[in-house]
Amino acid sequence: MPEVLTTTKRGTSAPGGNIVEMNWDPITRIVGSLGIFTKINFDTKKVVECYSTSSIFRGYSIFMLNKDPRDAHFITSRICGICGDNHATCSCYAQQMAYDVKPPPLAEMIVNLGEAAEYMFDHNIFQDNLVGVDFCEMMVKETNPGVWERAQKTEAPHAKDHGYRTIADIMRALNPFEGEFYRETLQVSRYTREMFCLMEGRHVHPSTLYPGGVGTVPSIQVFTDFLVRLTKYAEFMKRCLPLHDDLFDFFYQALPGYERVGERRILLGCWGSFQDPYKCDYKYETMNDWGKAMYVTPGVIVDGKLVTNNLVDINVNIRILLGSSYYEDWAENGNGEVFVTHDPLGNPIDRRHPWNQTTIPKPQKRDFAGNYSWVMCPRWLDNRTGDHLALDTGGGPIARLWSTALSGLVDIGYVKAPGDGSVRIRLPKTATKPEVEFTWRIPKWSNALERDRARTYFQAYAAACAYYFVEKAMAEVHAGRTQTFTPFKVPKEAIGCGFHEAVRGVLSHHLVIRNHKIANYHPYPPTPWNATPRDIYGTPGPYEDAVQNTPIFEENGPDKFKGIDIMRAVRSFDPCLPCGVHMYLGNGKVLKKMHTPTGLAGLSK
Amino acid sequence: MTTGLGCDGDSISTTAATLPSIEDVVMGAIPGLPKVHLHNPVLAYEVGDDFMKFWHAAAEGRLEPFVLVLEGSVPNEKIKKEGYWAAMGTDPDTGQPITTNEWIDRLAPKATAVIASGTCATYGGIHAMEGNPTGAMGLADYLGWNWRSKAGLPIVNVPGCPVQPDNMMETLLYLLYQVAGLAPLIPLDNELRPTWLFGKTVHEGCDRGSYYEQADFAHEYGSPKCLVKVGCWGPVVNCNVTKRGWMDGIGGCPNVGGICIGCTMPGFPDKFMPFMDEPPGATFSSSVIGPYGRLIRMLRAITNRAVNKEPRWRHPRPDLTTGYKPKYYAHQRG
Repeated sequence: MPEVLTTTKRGTSAPGGNIVEMNWDPITRIVGSLGIFTKINFDTKKVVECYSTSSIFRGYSIFMLNKDPRDAHFITSRICGICGDNHATCSCYAQQMAYDVKPPPLAEMIVNLGEAAEYMFDHNIFQDNLVGVDFCEMMVKETNPGVWERAQKTEAPHAKDHGYRTIADIMRALNPFEGEFYRETLQVSRYTREMFCLMEGRHVHPSTLYPGGVGTVPSIQVFTDFLVRLTKYAEFMKRCLPLHDDLFDFFYQALPGYERVGERRILLGCWGSFQDPYKCDYKYETMNDWGKAMYVTPGVIVDGKLVTNNLVDINVNIRILLGSSYYEDWAENGNGEVFVTHDPLGNPIDRRHPWNQTTIPKPQKRDFAGNYSWVMCPRWLDNRTGDHLALDTGGGPIARLWSTALSGLVDIGYVKAPGDGSVRIRLPKTATKPEVEFTWRIPKWSNALERDRARTYFQAYAAACAYYFVEKAMAEVHAGRTQTFTPFKVPKEAIGCGFHEAVRGVLSHHLVIRNHKIANYHPYPPTPWNATPRDIYGTPGPYEDAVQNTPIFEENGPDKFKGIDIMRAVRSFDPCLPCGVHMYLGNGKVLKKMHTPTGLAGLSK
Repeated sequence: MTTGLGCDGDSISTTAATLPSIEDVVMGAIPGLPKVHLHNPVLAYEVGDDFMKFWHAAAEGRLEPFVLVLEGSVPNEKIKKEGYWAAMGTDPDTGQPITTNEWIDRLAPKATAVIASGTCATYGGIHAMEGNPTGAMGLADYLGWNWRSKAGLPIVNVPGCPVQPDNMMETLLYLLYQVAGLAPLIPLDNELRPTWLFGKTVHEGCDRGSYYEQADFAHEYGSPKCLVKVGCWGPVVNCNVTKRGWMDGIGGCPNVGGICIGCTMPGFPDKFMPFMDEPPGATFSSSVIGPYGRLIRMLRAITNRAVNKEPRWRHPRPDLTTGYKPKYYAHQRG
């Protein structure tokens, strides 16, 4: 763990060495704007320290106040331009709890299908059009010519599945725009979005989602159109998954020790995805039961062990700390109001819980010795130890698969978690490929390559679930149960919470209604968890400590340094920063300055 | 530039376009186009300073010609003493972030054309909602509605939340043709929208419009009928989504069961909220059309029943009753 990186040590000098300040601002090929400021010791080939800060503030929880609560999903969808539908869905979940309304099963299946298509699309475009570029021929030639040499001589073990003879052939296929697989995945990202549009109307801000159900017309056509595209995707995954296994396995071979790139302590959170409409009634009192019935099981995982998979526990122990961010504290100075003292089960609710948060922005100069981010610090209180854990989502898939595997509750034929630390994913026969079963096993590390690998496996997981949902939806239609909406009334006073998995991981929406209006609304998407700056206890956020632990394998010295290992570490979290982040590494003795080193001036005392 | 107050949804949306696709333009698949280099943070190969060097070059007039595309609303950085609402890159002199507004100030005077992509950049959108803390606005509010580029072009607005993929790429393609001298000045309306995309209303293109004509309205959201009474603003909103669908004709808004919330409009979102209530005008117009619509619906039902029956002469009997009088072969009755 990053012992040199606590706030108390900030500004002190590290032992000597060829330490160079470097920053990358903005980090491209992610969603939103992220900058990374680092100090790297080129003698020991290690990153010395890292901070993270956001560059955009929009103020959703402020301008949503006093609006009609039924507007919440339309508004919150606009938080994110790649997974806005996850927000809209989560908001509908929270509203459904507040309005005490349960959509018809067919509507839930339509939402599940839309969300499955979102996972299929989003992971796909990110993996092969954004992250994939870090592993492409152009990049590897530039950063690690030795690795490129070796790639040309290394046969791809699954060549017969994906058609690329050597690892170098795979890398060439990932070159931006020129590469064949790059272009194919762009095209795949389109028909998967068409699948999404069939269910939720428009990508990325859906038009047909409402609290109480959907406006989608449940015709035979709509499900057939979805299914036909799904079979194409399944066929694609039968090539894509072995291709990525070959690529990532090769990096472990070619660069011994690569497992330490992006590695951090195993602290994972997953809030569960895909409601089981036959179990879920959106009542808070039964949330533990229906949470466990979700087709992706929620869970908090600490050091590889499942701490809880109870959504009520998960909810009650969420804390929002301020730390190094540009806000005034609401829990002191009488700034904030307590909206919820106890949840409907009688559990006390903390002042720093999202239900009781008040957002008070305080714009100021960026100061790495003080406040440097618009991102707050969501933490999960581990009651066993009293620690405020900086959980990460690993970009989503690794936490979802890990949690589902540990709980061992999912069994829907196409997907099964037998409870032996694995997840089995079955894709039926497609046009040119037989039925295939893929097995994801809990990895040894929470690191960059395993986050990336899990992403590909989760694409297959989402596709397999979609087969199940299509069958269930068709069965509803065949039985004549074509209602997709349940009417409701907005109560005068109510609270609600929604838990979902955005593509990149945990997503929660907390809502308080007073006088039929929004009195408080706080969404917590995955990136605030992953991108938090240091909190009041000095605990760094997940990007920060994952980057700090990263050894440098790049062959270039400081002059031509690309920072590829750092990029792979950061991008493995699938940063999505319309909520904005910058990262900063400091705390070493600066021997040489490059790029825009004055960004660190605040620390050089 | 994607660092307005936005969500990157317009860039992501644009990757869904197929008519043309990004790769069609970047790889030169379309005849007549100049070679195009794309510097978008979501797709760029370069990172950090390697990426920013193009922006600095453009600001210093060393990258000619270029088209500036802005996504996200423009915050008001003047309403506070220090800090920033939106920024991209770090200023080497101060170590502070370079604000998005600073980039607009640097780049707009050098750009051949400026496009605002999506409703945030065009008119302010969601982040400019009443009660917002940042004073957000659209690009034309910031630069001035009469602003002209050095080549004499007004700002080109392609609204939509997010922008409809093909609307964006088609507009970009038009501008590239114009820059190459292959097309006349892009036709824009008063709100600076391409007229061929935004000249008609949602309702005029909606395949549920005929339900309205027959006064047959949905009263809840799962219905396939006209949605005006449950919140659809389609009759007064400029947008082609019902004609074009969302992607290759698939999806959309009221045509597939989603109320139109006016997301392409300068008045979005405030003038359309609460979204799920019936628009005030719809109450009047839908009751006026009631008697006419119900009568028409009844008459059409009668005709519909009639045309659902085949003509009498299609039968297996041994006589021909079509009206043709054969000279040689047919059995004659009696």
